[in-house]
Amino acid sequence: MPTWAEVVFLLCAVGFILALKGLSGPRTARTGNLVGAASAVVACVVPFFYADLDHVALILVAIALGTAVGAVGAQRVQMTQMPQMVALFNGVGGGAAALVALLELQHFAEAADLGLDVQVAYLVATAFTILVGAVSFSGSVVTFAKLQELMTSRPVVFPGLPVLFGGGFLAALVLAGMIVDEPATWAGIVLALVGLALGVLLVLPVGGADVPIVISLLNAFTGLTVAAGGYVLQNTVLLVAGTLVGASGTFLTLLMAGAMGRSVSNILFGALKGGSTLGSGEASDRPVRSASPEDVAILLGYAEKVIVVPGYGLAVAQSQHTLRELVEVLMARGTEVDYAIHPVAGRMPGHMNVLLAEAQVPYEQLKEMDDINGEFRQTDVVLVVGANDVVNPAARTTPSAPIYGMPILDVDEARQVVFLKRSMRPGFAGIENELLFEPQTTLLFGDAKDSLSRLLAAVKAL
Amino acid sequence: MNNDVTWLTYFVLSVFVGIEVISKVSSTLHTPLMSGANAIHGVILLGAILVAGEADGFALVVALVAVVLAAVNMVGGFVVTDRMLQMFIRRPASRQARRPGKEV
Repeated sequence: MPTWAEVVFLLCAVGFILALKGLSGPRTARTGNLVGAASAVVACVVPFFYADLDHVALILVAIALGTAVGAVGAQRVQMTQMPQMVALFNGVGGGAAALVALLELQHFAEAADLGLDVQVAYLVATAFTILVGAVSFSGSVVTFAKLQELMTSRPVVFPGLPVLFGGGFLAALVLAGMIVDEPATWAGIVLALVGLALGVLLVLPVGGADVPIVISLLNAFTGLTVAAGGYVLQNTVLLVAGTLVGASGTFLTLLMAGAMGRSVSNILFGALKGGSTLGSGEASDRPVRSASPEDVAILLGYAEKVIVVPGYGLAVAQSQHTLRELVEVLMARGTEVDYAIHPVAGRMPGHMNVLLAEAQVPYEQLKEMDDINGEFRQTDVVLVVGANDVVNPAARTTPSAPIYGMPILDVDEARQVVFLKRSMRPGFAGIENELLFEPQTTLLFGDAKDSLSRLLAAVKAL
Repeated sequence: MNNDVTWLTYFVLSVFVGIEVISKVSSTLHTPLMSGANAIHGVILLGAILVAGEADGFALVVALVAVVLAAVNMVGGFVVTDRMLQMFIRRPASRQARRPGKEV
């Protein structure tokens, strides 16, 4: 490789570091992302100038195809469906890394057939990339299916699962050992298939609310496979970029798990022990107090302080704009209104901030959990729109509850709580919310958008 | 220094840099950060290009599939991250634009 190419790769590696640095600050985030994109593009252009590549036209067509699919998908996706989109992008990245490693393994096998010595470290890295890349691919596809609700979002466990997973893991180790001992393409293909199965088995038992953490973990996995692939190809920028993502992704996973009061091992394997997010999913028929939009409008219209707790249900109904309008009307009437944002409101940490920002809700009205939890005591009405688990007092009071220990919004301390709900079905974690049956709670049933527009009309008419 | 030890050095230093640069991120930015990091590992496209450039027959087909997948990861990842972040950035401007009207 010519020196100029190595220097450009070094600059790209620095670009990725600056990109991550930029992405972790609100003011620099967008620039950071653009720096990362520019570095990635430059890194991918370089080989066309120094390497003696065959099939350049075919490669360019393949890049154009992938670019079109990626760009159109990313432009079209609804912000509510963004988590599963990220999962999918991550999965195809892992798949690409596994395929690259399989092809390298073929080279190593040919070299070994000619009696050449292949370094053990290369073979270890190749086997690692094939296995973990395949896990990342199939695991991401299952997380996509869970979030897109193509399959149940509740944990899927069956009696033989731990045995099957353990057996698969052992088989993967044996196959990896065989590849290291004597490189053979068929062993790599079988290893990839075992990896695909392991990825599915790994994600199936994870409950819906924990899926975002798994996306972050698989993201870190893919980063590490890219790093290992970089070592196999002896390419520094791949190694550095992959390692950066692997390390920061792992750290971010721990941060996210911390925000939900869960440990990563509990998220992955909790359901196998029967203690995780296994919920009922059944609708309760206990009596609740429900009200008409007009009743709720009076409640809101004469309150001095209102806090809105938005949840995923709000976003699904695409009613962020209606909510913002309602809040603006209330504020024009002199009511003090804030939004209380739980760190994992929506489907991912920070997801709700993105969704409300899309609806142009002013930033200073969004209060983070720690800042607002003390204020519920002085609040007249809390309006919970499409949220459930993040306000469930069971997280504080019921040690047996799957969400026990998760920090929640102390909505139960407010004088009145109004839930906008579609039905009595429990939230994503699949557990009942005792708060719904408390005397200070009122329920307004219906689709969030419909309820909010009727509420808005009723408040305007006051 | 042994060549493999050099690679190990790159790896270990990158681990520390990777953790250090994002250690102060606020929870608001967790999602865009994850998405941005996800796009960065799309640089595996570079690896796929290198492999495709010397493959033939069925291996070429596999390599081209890898190129397509990697390009989806990279381009899609950066575009979706930018879309998310646009919403954060647009905020101050739109707030000022709306303020006067709201006071009426």
